[in-house]
Amino acid sequence: MYDTSDIRKGLKVLMDGNPYTVVEFQFVKPGKGAAFTRTKFKNLLTGAVVERNIRSGEKLEPANVETRDMQFLYKEAGDLVFMDQTNYEQVTISADLIGAAHDLMKDNLPCTVVFFNERPVDVTLPTFVFLEVTASEPGVRGDTSGNVQKPATVETGASVNVPLFIRVGDTIKIDTRTHEYVERVNK
Amino acid sequence: MTPRGGEPLRLRGRVLAIDGEAAIVRGERGDARVRARPGWRPGDLVDGEARVHAFGGGDYPAPATEVARLSRARLGLLQARAVALAALRRFFAERDFVEVETPLLVPSPGLELHLDAVAAGGGYLITSPEYQMKRLLAAGLQRIYQVCKCFRAGEHGPHHASEFTMVEWYRGFAELDAIVRDTEELVAAVVRAVAVAPDAAPIALVAGRSIDVSPPWPRMTVRDAMRTWAGVEVLGDEPAQALVAAVRAAGIAVADGTAWDDAFFAAFLARVDPALAALDRPMILEDWPAPLAALARKKPGDPQTALRFEAYVGGIELANAFGELTDPVEQRARFEHDQATRRARGRPVYPIDDKLIAALAEGLPPSAGIALGFDRLVMLATGAAAIDDVLTFAAGEL
Repeated sequence: MYDTSDIRKGLKVLMDGNPYTVVEFQFVKPGKGAAFTRTKFKNLLTGAVVERNIRSGEKLEPANVETRDMQFLYKEAGDLVFMDQTNYEQVTISADLIGAAHDLMKDNLPCTVVFFNERPVDVTLPTFVFLEVTASEPGVRGDTSGNVQKPATVETGASVNVPLFIRVGDTIKIDTRTHEYVERVNK
Repeated sequence: MTPRGGEPLRLRGRVLAIDGEAAIVRGERGDARVRARPGWRPGDLVDGEARVHAFGGGDYPAPATEVARLSRARLGLLQARAVALAALRRFFAERDFVEVETPLLVPSPGLELHLDAVAAGGGYLITSPEYQMKRLLAAGLQRIYQVCKCFRAGEHGPHHASEFTMVEWYRGFAELDAIVRDTEELVAAVVRAVAVAPDAAPIALVAGRSIDVSPPWPRMTVRDAMRTWAGVEVLGDEPAQALVAAVRAAGIAVADGTAWDDAFFAAFLARVDPALAALDRPMILEDWPAPLAALARKKPGDPQTALRFEAYVGGIELANAFGELTDPVEQRARFEHDQATRRARGRPVYPIDDKLIAALAEGLPPSAGIALGFDRLVMLATGAAAIDDVLTFAAGEL
């Protein structure tokens, strides 16, 4: 069991059966009152953040949570197969867990996978990926104002909105958190 | 972030460090690296146009040496701390106080429920020098002060360090109002000494905000503060259950079976603390409800109110004062109650200081006294964001 002196960023604890990680904490003590640690926890399954005051002397249950660096290998039906490069162990993870970013994943992409009780519960992609445009209509001449965009298909099959000057064969930088085009990358 | 073209900007803040021609100034917009003006010293309050080279913490000069591992900004704060300490000693000397040094290693540390002592050498390190200083009052000294280290186990945060420096002073044959005046004048004197202009209004800096600490300070009773800011009516003799219900009615979550003091502090921290932090003047919070009397005596004719105040500057609790309890019988009863509560809550139980009780029995003059956190005073005089920044070495640096 953990007590308040163990609280630090990244500590994984179990509350009401859910795994949480500490994202922020502060020691608070009124002059003549009881000390506590004002702590913000992020639910590792839902991402929801909750604040709780942990009194000195209160105990926190450790969560069986493990974070592993894994490489994306290939897609199989609706699932994605990852490999731990330290022991070559392979894990199949549902695309639902990854969310919208799953169609931005190219072979060999390094990811971080969080396991709770040995089950994968979260996959973190690199913030940016670099992908080649495989299909896109040429931009309409004359329409060069500010933020006009057009759809483009990239090598993984994902559709991303890009500025009009982007052509087939360009490599573009995409933010995996927002699924949005960031910039063209000169080769 | 580098400001456009390095054009002069209005900059108001305190000089943290001087490094050749450059100075680090901590102000409303964070830490700025600027060209130093002739005569600037660390700790100076500056206000004027300056060419800002850069904002942000990434621009501090390199650590002074690998061994010391203290940044020049930190060394500047330590110089300001020395200026503050010299001003404090001058303040008490001018008022005919005797500086005393009582032992740090004692057989019986404070019995306060929420303070745990550090065990050492078969005894304990003091959590405050209170007991021995009261014996000096009983022995006949009338105005005494002390600057010493105190130790409280397990306390570490932006305003807390396990080992910290306390300023404690007492006046025999005096009322609590004399201590209020001392506090206001001491804080103003120290802030002025650390600042550049001794004649200007004393301005403390907390979280980048300016707080005018000129005496006299606004005052408010604890019950008024709880009513105004938390919407909770506090009597003092109501059962814990009733206070819990009142706190819940104000929309503040507290668990069933919460003790009276915990319910009080839940509301205090949720509503009163943020309100105090938003004030641009200090606040004397006085007339504490009797269950929070600690070592204070009751107000004459009002057994539900203790002669106690706390001084807040920018939401930081700077000091706690008592009209001292002088009755040996009540003192022993409170110590025994404290011991029983500590035992019931599974906290370490320390012995009662019989020599203090004996000194009270021999006669302690009506007295008032206060404990003030010196490190916190240096923080608000310099605008430092965390107590670790004004300590010579913080616990994590040892």
